[in-house]
Amino acid sequence: MSVTKSTKPVGIEVSLAIAEAVKLAEAEVVAAYPITPQTHIVEHLSDLVANGELSAEYVPVESEQSALSACLGSSAAGARTFTATSSQGLMLMAEMVFIAPVLRLPIVMAVANRAISAPINIWNDHSDIMSIRDCGWIQFFAENGQEATDMTIISFRLAEDKNVMLPVILNLDGFTLSHFIEPILFPPQDKVRKYLPPYQTAHKLDITKPISMGLLGAPEVFTEIKKATDNALVASKKYVSKAFDEFGKIFGRQYKLVETYKTDDAETIIVTMGSISETATVAVDEMREAGEKVGLVHLRLWRPFPVDELRAAVRGAKHLAVVDRHFTPGFPEGPVATEIRALMYHEADRPKMSNFILGLGGRDVPRNHFKYIVEQVKGLGASGRQGHYEMVGVLE
Amino acid sequence: MIEIRFHGRGGQGAVTSAELMAQTAVGSGKYAQAFPSFGPERRGAPVTAFLRISDQPIRVREKIYNPDVVVVLDPSVMNVTKVDAGLKDSGVLIINSAHPAGALRQQYGFKWKITTIDALSIALEVLKVPITNTVMMGALSKVMGVATPDDVREPLQNRFGPALAPKNQEAFERAYANAKMEA
Repeated sequence: MSVTKSTKPVGIEVSLAIAEAVKLAEAEVVAAYPITPQTHIVEHLSDLVANGELSAEYVPVESEQSALSACLGSSAAGARTFTATSSQGLMLMAEMVFIAPVLRLPIVMAVANRAISAPINIWNDHSDIMSIRDCGWIQFFAENGQEATDMTIISFRLAEDKNVMLPVILNLDGFTLSHFIEPILFPPQDKVRKYLPPYQTAHKLDITKPISMGLLGAPEVFTEIKKATDNALVASKKYVSKAFDEFGKIFGRQYKLVETYKTDDAETIIVTMGSISETATVAVDEMREAGEKVGLVHLRLWRPFPVDELRAAVRGAKHLAVVDRHFTPGFPEGPVATEIRALMYHEADRPKMSNFILGLGGRDVPRNHFKYIVEQVKGLGASGRQGHYEMVGVLE
Repeated sequence: MIEIRFHGRGGQGAVTSAELMAQTAVGSGKYAQAFPSFGPERRGAPVTAFLRISDQPIRVREKIYNPDVVVVLDPSVMNVTKVDAGLKDSGVLIINSAHPAGALRQQYGFKWKITTIDALSIALEVLKVPITNTVMMGALSKVMGVATPDDVREPLQNRFGPALAPKNQEAFERAYANAKMEA
């Protein structure tokens, strides 16, 4: 029996669950480079296409650059299109990534976040996605397997919303999500069809009604096109909330742009993205039991940045400890901390900021890291400043 | 929550054991999480896999540093890896070995309760290959009470298919019937 027919949670690897969600979403084209650093996502999709469970065109291309090129073409032709990549694969794909949002092509791509070379490393951090941070796609970070599965379906719905029409990257931590077996409750196919109707667009490549896409943008129009694309991305935020709310109504799992955990009276708030967030909630529980006024804010939406929601979530905190899984060589803080500091600068009552970089290249992130972070923040005192990121767990 | 660490060598099924036990637990209405110690897969190299089973949702994703149980699929791993590292004071070692617990205790200085089972002989006899994963799952299930032969039937069927599943079920049940904790 297909796992997606189960009405109870199924123990399944998260990569396979995402592939099953792509099947439930009835994607029409999957183009992917099938070799390292690929994940089981597209391997399982090739099985699902081969055994007839998913009626899609599966294109095993010769490189990631070709993978996304094929996706651009199929999406432009009006097909619901999916791909997945990771690490060096995303680096090779980078040239094509920036094109999709400007052409307003609603491709969905799962990125199993892994380090980029050198040194050669196949393990989890956020350096792949952060190096194409400004690509213009809507970007999520999934916290657990259930969310990654649900978010795959939500991503198609959001991308294809007529008010959005933008590609979506679903980030999931390599290995600590992609290779974990955990319980997944699959949304029923009939309800997925209700939530996600077939993709239809009038703006597509059609030989009976020819249009051109991807043309030269001379100085007379380039600025305007870039501004229009950013306007679309910023405006998509309310449709992200809408897609979450409608998913919640149908499937009973409600997602928010920014999640808060025990922040109400928190003096110190830790800010995280991705799968370390659940481990961090356990650390928060243990610190609360010891009397620490600590809470957690977890960013689910990374682009468009949930500016107002983040500010509201951290209001009242004395300290923000922002965690990065990537660093910006030659700059005092990682990308997430840099952005949040910038967003807080004009707030009248802003917290003190510090930045902790951890979990690089697969280094495990145990809950003790979060306790260490809170100790460090407390050690700064009322007027102390961190001044420069601290890398947690460096062996010296 | 019970935390279990598996030690084996690439190709013996340590990772598969953790996965199948997690699938079994989820199928029985529990929460579970399984993951390998990630790295380039190499047949024959020491491999570690992790398993958590709980009645509550599992949030923590760190590696298991202080397991309740350590399962050793290949006795030769004990010569190159400190398999009992971090094992809780109340912990249990479940070891594939033809030797009695006392002999292993003497050789490796283990201070925990030990279950030994000659999984290699059972695997060679029932499966005709030296893959000890389903045998060790049987021993683990019996000693820790985390699964029954009925619980694993469907996961084994899904993983091994109609040709191999009955043999693996038999291997599991042989261990389940014979494994017992050191007094």
